[in-house]
Amino acid sequence: MTLETVGFGVVAALLLASSLAVVLTPNLFHSVLYLAAALVLTGVVFLLLEQPFLFAVQLLLYAGGVVTIVVFAIMLTERLVGDRIGQASRHPINGAIVAAAVFAGIVGFLIQAPVRATAPAPAGDTTAALGRALVGPFAVTLELLGVLLVAALLGAVYFARSEE
Amino acid sequence: MIGLQAYLVLAALVFAIGLFGVLTRRNAVGILLGIELMLNAVNINLVAFARFNGDLAGVVFTLFTISITVAEVAVGLAIVIAIFRVRRTVEADRLNLLRG
Repeated sequence: MTLETVGFGVVAALLLASSLAVVLTPNLFHSVLYLAAALVLTGVVFLLLEQPFLFAVQLLLYAGGVVTIVVFAIMLTERLVGDRIGQASRHPINGAIVAAAVFAGIVGFLIQAPVRATAPAPAGDTTAALGRALVGPFAVTLELLGVLLVAALLGAVYFARSEE
Repeated sequence: MIGLQAYLVLAALVFAIGLFGVLTRRNAVGILLGIELMLNAVNINLVAFARFNGDLAGVVFTLFTISITVAEVAVGLAIVIAIFRVRRTVEADRLNLLRG
């Protein structure tokens, strides 16, 4: 029972709890706050996997960006209708059955698949190698990503424009 | 040392929870939050495989999926707001404009 095992157990339990809270709370705003917690905890999982750079990206883009956008959207739409948005669940039993079936399928596949149990020694700081990979073998993908972001920006501006 | 299996099972659980959210939420924003959870689970898988195979490609893919997800959320919520202006609701059941 090493420190790493204990840390993983705690982080996994918190991540699962906040994920369940995201899909079960009746209040949409609370749901977003739990999502922020789940995203930060995923970043901590990245830390456990020795990727501190991804942890920073996760905090900045996901927990910072996405949560801000969603909170904005909720407030904007609530102001448009003038009352609070509820969000009841429908068919929770059927949803739970399908989700459990998908989980069982994945785990059944995992049990059969041969996987390496031990990780290779940590490679140290991989951020420099990551940057070189982004402008080396993945340069075209990076450029395409830039095009996608511009397209998304234009699309969001088009949808959110005022009517006149 | 925690095995690869533990991370994969954790990711599968988060994915299943997100799927449950997508299937049961009535609100379009709630459905988007479920999709976020599912994409997040996939990122855990990618990083875990990258760590256990000693290959950086998985980490690069995660960087790409994170950026694409942010773009997806921005456009998705813009669509939700646009729908709201027309229909005055974001309940997925009542968005039946294309029903014949």
